[in-house]
Amino acid sequence: MEKKDLISITDYSKDDYLRILELAADFEANPNQRLLEGKVVASLFFEPSTRTRLSFETAINRLGGRIIGFSDAGSSSVSKGETLHDTIRMVSNYVDLIVMRHPLEGSARYAAEVADVPVINAGDGANQHPTQTLLDLFSIQKTQGRLDNINIFMIGDLKYGRTVHSLLMAMSQFENPIFNFIAPDELAMPEEYKLFLKEKGIRFFEHTEINENINHADIIYMTRVQKERFMDPIEYEKVKNVYILRNSMLDNTRPNVRILHPLPRINEIHTDVDTNEKAYYFTQALNGVFVRQAIIAHILNLK
Amino acid sequence: MNDILKKKLKLKVSAINNGTVIDHIPSENLFKVISILGLQKVKSQITFGANFESEKLGSKAIIKLSDVFFEDDEINKISLIARNAKLNIIRDYEVVEKRVVVVPDEIIGIVKCFNPKCITNNEDITTHFNVISKNPLDLKCKYCEKITHEDQMLIK
Repeated sequence: MEKKDLISITDYSKDDYLRILELAADFEANPNQRLLEGKVVASLFFEPSTRTRLSFETAINRLGGRIIGFSDAGSSSVSKGETLHDTIRMVSNYVDLIVMRHPLEGSARYAAEVADVPVINAGDGANQHPTQTLLDLFSIQKTQGRLDNINIFMIGDLKYGRTVHSLLMAMSQFENPIFNFIAPDELAMPEEYKLFLKEKGIRFFEHTEINENINHADIIYMTRVQKERFMDPIEYEKVKNVYILRNSMLDNTRPNVRILHPLPRINEIHTDVDTNEKAYYFTQALNGVFVRQAIIAHILNLK
Repeated sequence: MNDILKKKLKLKVSAINNGTVIDHIPSENLFKVISILGLQKVKSQITFGANFESEKLGSKAIIKLSDVFFEDDEINKISLIARNAKLNIIRDYEVVEKRVVVVPDEIIGIVKCFNPKCITNNEDITTHFNVISKNPLDLKCKYCEKITHEDQMLIK
């Protein structure tokens, strides 16, 4: 049988998404299932990412698997100049599954070609981070009870934010989504994604500020506006406080609306939102463990 | 132009008995075409010339290869840098077939990915693109998924 990898969210079909979400719900109800007993998983973090790594390692531990690996390239043979090819060839001999984070784009696809065992992409530079997208889908399904007919607002850096691009691709597989993009002109949603939505006949709207439009939202997906993305620092100063979500803005929003954020947050969600029941970003991070258990189970055919 | 002059011009490049003539190569890309097709390894007689006048290209190059014939896959590799190239297949001094080059759906090797953060620009890996538009050319990298546009294309 051909091995399953998870490199890019578009590698998977809607059926795969639904299967993984179903498994995730099962792991949420019963997190300790020793399905990985006797198996070894490599956790190869060529750049540090504490949240993603701990989430994966928790998932593997809850499944009863063993972990080998490293948490940054400095403590691996990469610091001696070993190529990615050789590292993956070597590790692939030892383990049943590889989870990999790497700063270069396309590294995960390449690793999957080189490895004999399945590879899960835990982020390849600015390219893909598919497990984040699946946990976003799980969070939407859990809070809204559905994935069809969702009105989703994406706010902040929509140009470079890989999470919003992947979520857009994934949500477009479901019935009748409506997208609303709120971003400064410099960080607007790229044309290729808007063209994709047009071709699929999916409605979207663009705005340059957060206003009463958000009262129609089911999901508000916040992202960080990063200073280093701006050519002109004055432009950053102009917009940096425009894309901050405050508790008072949520007064007339729908009762079912939930606020998501891939984290870490800097200042784009004011701390006064944290106690609002509509804030969901910390629970969203917890969902990551169940979803990663589900992805591992799906890829290794454990259930 | 009188017939004698025409004949003299034709004789600038000698005729071949059997083989392939690749015509309408932009002069500046002649050596790239030679390299992409690996002609440096060919043992039979090769004649090539550059900077011929061309109505279409301004300046064109031509390659004549004795006893060499190309499969479509092989010759289409040059479509990226010699879009208007034409092939004349010669048997017994006669042109028996004319072919044009076609941009393939996938391009393996030849082109560099424009994204400096792509793994293919950081490790010794053969590039691999899906052609998502042929005119103008847009190539989507199989690895980093970024699109290299025609005006960003660099030949490896």
